[in-house]
Amino acid sequence: MSTTTASASAARPADPKAAQPHSDELRRRNSRNRRNRRLGQWGFIAPAVAFMLLFFGYPLVRNIVMSFQDYSPSTFFNGEAPFNGLDNWRAVFEDGLFGQALWHTLVFTAGSLLGQFCIGLALAVFFSRKFPLNGVLRSLILLPWLVPMVVSGVVWRRILDQDTGVLNSFLHTIGLGDGSSPWLTSPSMALFSVIMVNIWIGIPFNMVILYGGLQEIPRELYEAASLDGASAWRTFRSITLPMLRPVITVVLVLGFMSTVKILDLILALTDGGPADATQTLGTLTYQQSFVELDFGAGAVVGNILILISAVFAVFYLRANRPEGK
Amino acid sequence: MATHTTAVPLRKSPQHNRPRPRWGAAVAGVLILGVMLFPLYWMLNTALQPDSGLLEVSPVPESVDFSGFRKAFTDQGGNLLTSLAVALGAVTICLAIAAPCAYGLAQFKLRAAKYILFGTLITQMVPGIVIANALYSAYVDLGLVNSYFGLMLADASLGIPFAIVLMRAFMTSIPSEVIEAAQVDGAGRLRTFVQVVLPMSRNALITSGLFAFLFAWSDFMFALTLNTTDDVKPVTLGIYQYIGAHVGDWGAVMAASVLSAIPAAILLVLAQKYIAAGITGGSVK
Repeated sequence: MSTTTASASAARPADPKAAQPHSDELRRRNSRNRRNRRLGQWGFIAPAVAFMLLFFGYPLVRNIVMSFQDYSPSTFFNGEAPFNGLDNWRAVFEDGLFGQALWHTLVFTAGSLLGQFCIGLALAVFFSRKFPLNGVLRSLILLPWLVPMVVSGVVWRRILDQDTGVLNSFLHTIGLGDGSSPWLTSPSMALFSVIMVNIWIGIPFNMVILYGGLQEIPRELYEAASLDGASAWRTFRSITLPMLRPVITVVLVLGFMSTVKILDLILALTDGGPADATQTLGTLTYQQSFVELDFGAGAVVGNILILISAVFAVFYLRANRPEGK
Repeated sequence: MATHTTAVPLRKSPQHNRPRPRWGAAVAGVLILGVMLFPLYWMLNTALQPDSGLLEVSPVPESVDFSGFRKAFTDQGGNLLTSLAVALGAVTICLAIAAPCAYGLAQFKLRAAKYILFGTLITQMVPGIVIANALYSAYVDLGLVNSYFGLMLADASLGIPFAIVLMRAFMTSIPSEVIEAAQVDGAGRLRTFVQVVLPMSRNALITSGLFAFLFAWSDFMFALTLNTTDDVKPVTLGIYQYIGAHVGDWGAVMAASVLSAIPAAILLVLAQKYIAAGITGGSVK
């Protein structure tokens, strides 16, 4: 902050009572003032730019470099991480776990987004009608999204417990299943269960943004449709969906970018298990770097994660352009 | 939705142009909320039955037993304070860095503004674990591993891009005459910012601060990766390690979870309009 103070006082106009300046000197002073003003203005912006370069730009570059370096548990004692060409990349791609994690990430992301979006949209449409308690219910429903993700994961871990979880005993009581489904402990079910939990977490976010989008649609369009005798479904398809399209794109792309890098939830629910059945690119990066201390391999997986996000960021920026300028 | 039918027989009487309240929809809404909040109810319910251990938990606590909470307080009380300190520090850093920048982007007609704003969008696509991966070795060199300040800085990064986008959108709407008037009165750029712009942007500051707090409070990944000892352990990390060590003691784990969810609940009650505004404003703008 000290830079802002200094440059702001430096930019204060010179004493107006100074002797009549020669026109040449005036011009020079003007240009100096302009330069000082620019400098003062940058004082406001520079801290944020520096911060973002350090905490987002630097890691991006550093990860690329790290992916060509040989890190080992002793690196952090002797500081040695020699370059090793494409060794990390080769090792990661030859490891079958990478392919699995990539596949799990795609299934997890697609499944989560589909569920979150459809239920979120249904709830947004439901809540855009006037009824008593609407506002209170709509804000309380945000709670699952605001609770720390690790906490949600832990709570669901208890609910989905095979022997003593409430979900199994509930399903048994109403006569569905034998009451001992291994939600999180069977490799074939764990990914599905993790997706279910993530859908639960994401519904409020989708609902709130889509609700906001619905409010922007002019009422007259609906009045016209009802005068034309359009059915509810027809109105939804021909008015709501097309008018909502920009908001839908934003919701899906933001949802994609936060879902594809998932880590907290999976660590809390399954730790990537059982038998790596819920290992995703996020958890794999964590495991390579911070459990096995092979930061080079972690960087490789991280870079691929960034690449996938970047492809979708392009979609996001495209979608944002028409309305956001 | 099944409740559509209740909306059909709209009787319009001359005095009352308003439709009859749709209680059917309200009931359906309560049911939906019940399903959505059930896991959180179950968290509280389990926390109040600490003796259930590895048995099934009864749907309502038969007798309220606070021993789970007592144990959670003993084990996690310090971690809750750590979380609070780190989150407040992160909010301070976040607002101190983001507010001047948002003002600059909104009001100084800088050519670079467009690119900086674009940069804040780009940050959203950098996965946290990638940041942690590179940050860890830098933190080792700088001695920031296992430090409060290091974690505050990392957690501030979760809120800064969001805060810049949100506050800039708000500050663009401040009429430039107001700012020029302050400057004609002899206020410098910094004084104009502190005494005119910040008070006018109160709502945007509160919203950004709330979200920065929630992001930092919920952070688990930086806590997990940037700490190698128990010196700085926020409650999210505490709970994660708890389930590793105390699988049998679900009462205490759930009680700790309830405690760590309290800030979210309080903020939702006290500041719901800011939260709804923040979710929509920060992402759609």
